[in-house]
Amino acid sequence: MITIGIKIMPRDVILDSQGRAIESSMKSNGFQVQSLRAGKYIEMTLPAASHDLAKAEVERMLHEGGLFNPLIEKYDIYFN
Amino acid sequence: MSLNVGIPRFLGTNCDEDVKRWIESKGFRATYLWYEDRFESKDFDWIVIPGGFSHGDYLRCGALAARTPVMKSVQEFASKGKPILGICNGFQILCEAQLLPGVLLQNKNLRFIDQWQTLTVQNADNPFSKMMTTQQHIRLPIAHGDGQYYADSETLQKINNNGQIWLTYDENPNGSALNIAGVTNEKKNVCALMPHPERAQFEWMGSSDGELFL
Repeated sequence: MITIGIKIMPRDVILDSQGRAIESSMKSNGFQVQSLRAGKYIEMTLPAASHDLAKAEVERMLHEGGLFNPLIEKYDIYFN
Repeated sequence: MSLNVGIPRFLGTNCDEDVKRWIESKGFRATYLWYEDRFESKDFDWIVIPGGFSHGDYLRCGALAARTPVMKSVQEFASKGKPILGICNGFQILCEAQLLPGVLLQNKNLRFIDQWQTLTVQNADNPFSKMMTTQQHIRLPIAHGDGQYYADSETLQKINNNGQIWLTYDENPNGSALNIAGVTNEKKNVCALMPHPERAQFEWMGSSDGELFL
């Protein structure tokens, strides 16, 4: 079993409403924030024989399974 | 001959009954379709995907619904050039299914917006605009948290040139690109809008302009 993490972030061209709301809350509570963007993190465990195979399967989920939308999002894959 | 209209229902669809009554009020037959089931294109004349919060809006609104068995049949239905109408969450689902260009993001002001809007019909050459004329103003209610239409500038230019911009807001409530409230695909058989025509059937509701769609 291989555990793999996927970080999904709004693309730079997208106005990140959630990030802006969080940033505004932090600032109004007196915290100094230069910039803030919010995305999501998905963690999954796969019955794959190697990291490469697990990564290939996650890439399929991203591109064929709709795990991210390339119009508005970008992703990074992490191994724990 | 009475039209037979299929209405897909997902977990969290909530405008299904309004849409069914609206369709039946025209003398058409309306049949619910469950999201786990497939259907035959030949059994229906139209598909209307109602609003709601399908699959909890999880992952992205419409994303999980777009990949269900019933939507595989909707894809086939679309490829045969048969008419499909998406309302609100139905619009989001059709975008996520890549049957329509673009995607719907959270409203720019982060709020759920529930109010009446005046719209302009930009193109009336689709199966759900037969009673409309270009540049006509109509009045419909919106009720959505994720209604900000987004597409890259190349796509916006393309859909504008192809006459795929169906409806625009006269006053933009949600930050939609080009004030877009509704679009069609290139063949004009797949049509969708964020406002709710089924909530505007009679003057006592606030407007009867929803009657122009069927």
